Formats: sequence, structure tokens, C-alpha cells
Amino acid sequence: MAIDAATVRKVARLARIREPEERLEPLAQELNTIISWIEQLEEVDTDGVEPMTSVVAVALPLRDDVVTEGGDTSRILSNAPKSADGFFIVPKVVE
Amino acid sequence: MSDLTKLTLKAALAGLKARDFSSVDITKAHIEAIEQARGLNAYVLETPDHALAMAAESDARLARGEGGALEGAPLGIKDLFCTEGVRSTAASKILGNFVPAYESTVTSQLWRDGAVMLGKLNLDEFAMGSSNETSAFGPVINPWRRSGSDAALTPGGSSGGSAAATAADLCLAATATDTGGSIRQPASFTGTVGIKPTYGRCSRWGIIAFASSLDQAGPIAKTVEDAAIMLRSMSGHDVKDSTSLPVEVPDFASYVGKSVKGLRIGVPKEYRVPGMPAEIEKLWADGIAWLKDAGCEIVEVSLPHTKYALPAYYIVAPAEASSNLARYDGMRYGLRAGGPSLTDVYEESRAQGFGEEVKRRILIGTYVLSAGYYDAYYLKAQKVRRRIADDFDQAWQTCDALLTPTAPSAAFALGEQSDDPIAMYLNDIFTVTTNLAGLPGLSLPAGRDAQGLPLGLQLIGRALDEGTLFSLAGALEKAAGFTAKADRWW
Repeated sequence: MAIDAATVRKVARLARIREPEERLEPLAQELNTIISWIEQLEEVDTDGVEPMTSVVAVALPLRDDVVTEGGDTSRILSNAPKSADGFFIVPKVVE
Repeated sequence: MSDLTKLTLKAALAGLKARDFSSVDITKAHIEAIEQARGLNAYVLETPDHALAMAAESDARLARGEGGALEGAPLGIKDLFCTEGVRSTAASKILGNFVPAYESTVTSQLWRDGAVMLGKLNLDEFAMGSSNETSAFGPVINPWRRSGSDAALTPGGSSGGSAAATAADLCLAATATDTGGSIRQPASFTGTVGIKPTYGRCSRWGIIAFASSLDQAGPIAKTVEDAAIMLRSMSGHDVKDSTSLPVEVPDFASYVGKSVKGLRIGVPKEYRVPGMPAEIEKLWADGIAWLKDAGCEIVEVSLPHTKYALPAYYIVAPAEASSNLARYDGMRYGLRAGGPSLTDVYEESRAQGFGEEVKRRILIGTYVLSAGYYDAYYLKAQKVRRRIADDFDQAWQTCDALLTPTAPSAAFALGEQSDDPIAMYLNDIFTVTTNLAGLPGLSLPAGRDAQGLPLGLQLIGRALDEGTLFSLAGALEKAAGFTAKADRWW
């Protein structure tokens, strides 16, 4: 399951991280080293083992579906790279 | 007044309560010490005005005979905790000058109990690292040096700032977080005490997320009792974190000094790894002998899946990180770069904002979660994780706690391991198992190597049994008599 430059390009795209073309090959090598080290997990017999999804054996709590806070537009926008009139300004999404 | 920084948290709280000195006095002493120690790079943000204002309020409360469990005590806060109105960065460029509009639950509890914030402490970017070298602010320098050498050593990571600041008396104690060993390895490298409590003890709300099923907050402190005092204030159920446990918070400090007679201590044979320095072998043997002297029964136990813990971790943690860090998209806060299209902005903001190690882990995480590989990697790792947790459950049949070394080496030089990700990952070989199983782990200083560097021992306990760890750590602390401090060169 070796990772090549094309795989890195695809994964970087999925992760929305721009990687310059000349980084793809070195990254493929780095990731291959790590992934092949990880692959020793194949030695472990996990037949019939339930995957662990939580370390704490408690039922997920539920709360009432009510509004508990809000009306904080200025606080929410306080770190916005760009905002106007109570909105985030983002690049054009729809042509 | 500068000797006020040398006090333990416990002694400082007693002195404050007795009004031997004021909170402003001890806060000023720390502010001065921090200014003189900028070469350590432990603080990424100093908040002296904020600290003095909080200290004055504490003094007013103390004058009225009021005050909480930490009243007037100046603390350092790892810059992974969001602090209202105070820049919080996770040591990443992508957060830029992010100023939270809210306070993390853990820090809000410290302020509720009267503590004073000195500033924000350096860390590996998003807590991803074991040497502090991934910080966008540059690495923290360990106050400890090898004897006869002035080579800069790592304080460990990710909570390197918390550990170095505590070791160098730049705070009475500090908050920290631990996803694979990020409290305990730095504690071991700096001669301080650190505990990662049971998963769910401390609320994760307002702590910048790395790997949510592994992240846990805890303190780094100068003594076992100080760590216990800190943990009590940091712990407690929080409705804002659905994994926070609705259980009582014990008075952890009351366990320190309790007899450990009759406790069964497991020594896991799989933790004897090849290439472990003889000094660490000896330290471990000393620890076993000390607990035996204190009346403990020593039993050999087996945790057969130990060697698979790190590979499993390096699937689970990057997978969760890739998902958690998807929020950094340049839209609502933090760095925005590139353009003009939306995709360009996403890709360029993240390319410029994240450091190399963070990108590497996001790519691994994205790969192992991508179509076709989910079962082979993520699901497999979650099954192995269950095996590791089962190993511990087996061990608890014959023992009450485990004793191991904290890290496979003493502090290493900056730059020494940064070229080899896997060598760096191996720092967490003894600590990562408890994160996967959700168990509490404590590191305390127990000896020094031939070059004078501190070495730590780790105690691992049953879920929610931090009390036993504090009793055992108290016994080990007494027997080890570790009082050394780094020579002040900064």
C-alpha cells in the first residue's frame, strides 16, 4: 500500500493544504516510513474484538433542546479576518 | 522578595493565608523572575498587569478572611487553554492573534479558586511534539543542562513551557495537557511532578482540541502535594463537555502521606525495552525497592500489547487531529491567506498557518480516514486500543498500580531527534498506553543520570483512582528525596 506522489497530492487536496509539487515526493517518503511502521498492527489478532470508541463507559448525556446562549454577534465576529454589518466576509462561493 | 518564587504552592498558600506576604508581593516576585528568564522562552505571552490586578483582588479577599483553595497563587497557563480577552495561540501561526471571547472550564475553575494568571506558556504547535521544537514561537530551553556543558536541552513536549516554568520557579505551578505523554515526559525531563488524570476528570471545554478521545488536562507542579492541590481545582464535571465524568472530586492532597502498606505494585515486563539506558533501569529498580520498603508487594505483570500502543496512537491521534483541525479554514478567525477562490484561500491559509509536523499529522490522518483505508487503519487501531485497555484490566486482577520509567531517556539536546519523526514518537513509549486506555498516570522526579539530569518514574492507576497514585507518589517522593534544582544560568 505504498504512498506515491499522486496519493500525497490527493490527500493534501482532501485536507485543503497546498503542497508545492517538489514537496510531494519527499512527503510520500516520509509518510511511507510512518505508515509502514504503523502496519505492524497487522500482527495483532483482533478477530471478534469490538472497536473502542470511548474510554469512558457512560451513556452520552442529553440536554434539553433549548437555546441557552446567543445574540453575541459582535463577540463571535471579534476575531474575523473580514466582517461587515454583522456578517463574515468570505470569498465568493457561487458563480 | 525574590525567594518567594522558591516556595512550593502549598507553602505559598499557607504564607498568603497567614498574611506573611501578599499576593501582590509573590506575583511581583514571579513577574521579575519571568523577565529575567526570557532566554528560556517559556512564556509566549506575559500578562503582568492582568496578574497584578488579580493579585490585588486576592489580597482584598484575604484581608476579609475569605478566599478559595488557590487564593493569591500565581500560576502559568499552557497556551492551549482559551483565556477570555487574552491571546491564545496553541503556538500556531494559524491562530494568529486569536483572542477568545470565552474562558476554558479548567482555567475558570482556577480563577474561581483565587489563582492569579502570570501569562501563557509555550508548547509544541497544537500540542503535537515531544521536544517543543514544533512551536511557532521557537522551542523552550530546559533550565537543566548536562554538567560541564552549555548545550541547550529540550524541556520535552508538548507541555515544555509548563514544565520549564515550574522547574525554573517562573510560576508556583502550571496547567498542562497530555494526549500521549505531554504532561509526564516534560515533567520527567525537568525534575517536576505531572499527572494526567483519568480521561473525563477535567473538562476539555475551551482547550484547543488535538485528539479528543485522548486529550486530558492536568497540572505540572514542584511537589506531589502541589500537583494534588492543583488537580482538585482543575477537576470536576462540566455539562459543556459530554465526556466529562459526573463524579465527585476527592481531596487529592489528603492521599499524600497515607500509608501504602499492602498495596500491590505491578512491574510490567514489556516496559524493559532494548537500548534503555542502564541509569533508567537502575532508577526503576530503586523505585521498586523504595515501594517494597514502604510495605508494598511487588508483582510482575504482563501487558502484551504494549509495543502496539504507539502505532495505534499514530493512527487514532492524527485521524482525530485531521478532523479537529479542519476548523482552521481562514474564514471566522485566525490567518487568512491566498485567493481569489474559496479553495485557494483554504489551501493557502492552511499551508502558511500550519507547521511541518502538524501538516504531516493532518496528512496521515486524512490518509487513514480516506475511502478504502478506514477499516485497514482506523478501525484496526480502535480494536488494538481495546486490546491495550484489556491488558490493563487483566493487570488490575493482580495489582493496584503500576510502576514504570516515564521516558526512555533523559532530556536530549535541541535538534538531536528532529530529523526522525519515529525516533521522536518513541519518547512516548511508556506514557501513551494510559491515554489509549483512559487511565491516570503520574510522573515524579526520582533520580539523576550521570550528567546530572533529572529522571522520572511513572505510576499508572485504575480509572478514577488518582488517590492511590498520590499516596504512592508521596511515598516515592519521600524515599527518593529529590530536591535538586537546575543551576541558574539564565
